[in-house]
Amino acid sequence: MIKKVASVGLPVDEVLEIRKNRILPERHGGSGKRISIVTGIHGDELEGQYVCFELQRRLEGHRECLEGIVDIYPAVNPLGIDSITRGIPAFDLDMNRLFPGNIDGSMTEYVAARIIEDLAGSDCVLDIHASNIYLTEIPQIRINELHQDILVPLAEAANVDFIWVHGASTVLESTLAYSLNNIGTPTLVVEMGVGMRITQEYGNQLVDGIFHLMKKLGIWSGEAAPVRKPIISRNPEDVCYLNAGVSGLFVPVAEHGARLGRDALIGRIVDPLCGKVLDEVRAPEDGMLFTIREYPIVVEGSLMGRLLKKEVCGYE
Amino acid sequence: MNKTTLYTLKSLYRDDFRVTGYEFGSGKKSVCIVGSSRGNEVQQLYCCSQLIRKFRQLEAEGRIAAGHKILVLPSINPCSMNIQKRFWPTDNTDINRMFPGYCLGETTQRIADGVFREISEYQFGIQFTSFYMPGDFVPHVRLMDEGFSCPETARQFGLPYVVIRRVRPYDTATLNYNWQVWDTQAFSLYTTSTARIDPNSAGQAVLAVMNFLSRQDIIKYTVPGGLRSRVVNDADLISIRTAKSGIFVPMVKAGDTVEAGQPLANILEPYEGDILETLYAPLPMTAFFVHNEPLTYADTAVIKLIES
Ligand SMILES: [Zn+2]
Repeated sequence: MIKKVASVGLPVDEVLEIRKNRILPERHGGSGKRISIVTGIHGDELEGQYVCFELQRRLEGHRECLEGIVDIYPAVNPLGIDSITRGIPAFDLDMNRLFPGNIDGSMTEYVAARIIEDLAGSDCVLDIHASNIYLTEIPQIRINELHQDILVPLAEAANVDFIWVHGASTVLESTLAYSLNNIGTPTLVVEMGVGMRITQEYGNQLVDGIFHLMKKLGIWSGEAAPVRKPIISRNPEDVCYLNAGVSGLFVPVAEHGARLGRDALIGRIVDPLCGKVLDEVRAPEDGMLFTIREYPIVVEGSLMGRLLKKEVCGYE
Repeated sequence: MNKTTLYTLKSLYRDDFRVTGYEFGSGKKSVCIVGSSRGNEVQQLYCCSQLIRKFRQLEAEGRIAAGHKILVLPSINPCSMNIQKRFWPTDNTDINRMFPGYCLGETTQRIADGVFREISEYQFGIQFTSFYMPGDFVPHVRLMDEGFSCPETARQFGLPYVVIRRVRPYDTATLNYNWQVWDTQAFSLYTTSTARIDPNSAGQAVLAVMNFLSRQDIIKYTVPGGLRSRVVNDADLISIRTAKSGIFVPMVKAGDTVEAGQPLANILEPYEGDILETLYAPLPMTAFFVHNEPLTYADTAVIKLIES
């Protein structure tokens, strides 16, 4: 059943609506639990679109196994999705810096507050992101260390490859996930794939994870495939950042997800005008390349990849 | 005057990104003035250019007090100004949300770090900045409620208002906030406009800086009288909000005093021209902020009033 979460009139003959689909169990009773799938806060991150569709397709096949409520919010920033804009167009605002919002505030603050109101009380919320248009990520869940006790066990059921517990930061207090976790609604931030694209393999992997998570929460009584055991990192030292030392065209050599030895070649930064290699990007340690740059132009400082140290990954 | 390049970043196809500083006087780091940090902050750039012209004259006339150094950075983001984009060209990040920066981080973190190294440790920091919503302001000084920039000192600018802003989480990465973390007394100066030049309010801002520096005995400059600024908390501004979206027709300008019940603006139906709503002043006050775009969304604070 399609429900309106927020609605605002735009200046010229258009109404902005944030909608969700509420999927209820066929029979009364059930566990009364609720899982909410949210995506599209960043309008150019589309991996979650496929997840919303695929999750419903699979649910439709076995509705009799649904014991709780599934709420699907595929587009909390519809204007951004429509205009290939990360933030909220016209305001140049990152929507994920507006929460918890203000019900009596501006249009954007009002919409943020309505979204929080609607999601509050869910037994689990998944906020699905797709990195950005520059970087590709392996399926992972990012958790603020303040909320790790509640969230890590949930994240372990979600079939991702990596759980990244990061330090608290004041700036992040205005995210959807922080605001919800702060009021006791467990919220997992999924990052996977890349902006402006869908990676079906990752989407399918996460949908498997959502079924597993629903089973754990008592929302699903049907089949759920076993999940992979994620690598968990809690120490900032576990991750090496590869930032461009020069501006140029980044031409990758290593595959995304590759396990690299120290000094292995990851890519080159070249100058197409002079036909010269400006820099070679090499692995600073043994590790797994869990992030790699997708957008080829780099400026000094641009992130080209991230490496998770071998001892954390636990492979031989 | 000493013109120096404070920070350089090489680009693949464009000219080097350069942050240029102008030093006047010598001695202890007394005051640093920063102009545009976003690509549309043309008024902020213009204000600095007028200050630089003034400081050159004062320096030539020996009117910068001995032992004081003044540094002016007209723009810390020429790269965005040249393509008329508010934020950083490649990734749309805001340099003024990257302080204190990180020298091994992403591009705008590196710029913030490189610039901050040059502009921190001054006794006073003055930044010409802009609001994220389009609109005209009454010229004023803003300071954060945490930190140690004091409203009495801010009054030395002699602008009509000193506004004390409650710190919000996203403020913690601004230049103003980080200046204070590193012991600089920081003030943000808002003039009337942003994306177009308003010579009168720029002149007012230049005079305000001259007022301030002369009261701090950093320059010798005769300040005529000067008014006593009113100190107001941002929570005490009264926001006049639209209930409807549509065409915005203001009936007041920033700085106008208004009477209780005075119509401030109409919102028109965009196809048929009917008045959808009229916004009124609830109290006799002064129009402090007035939205300056022809269209408006509903629930938007298009006008802010301040006590006269
Ligand atoms: Zn995102």
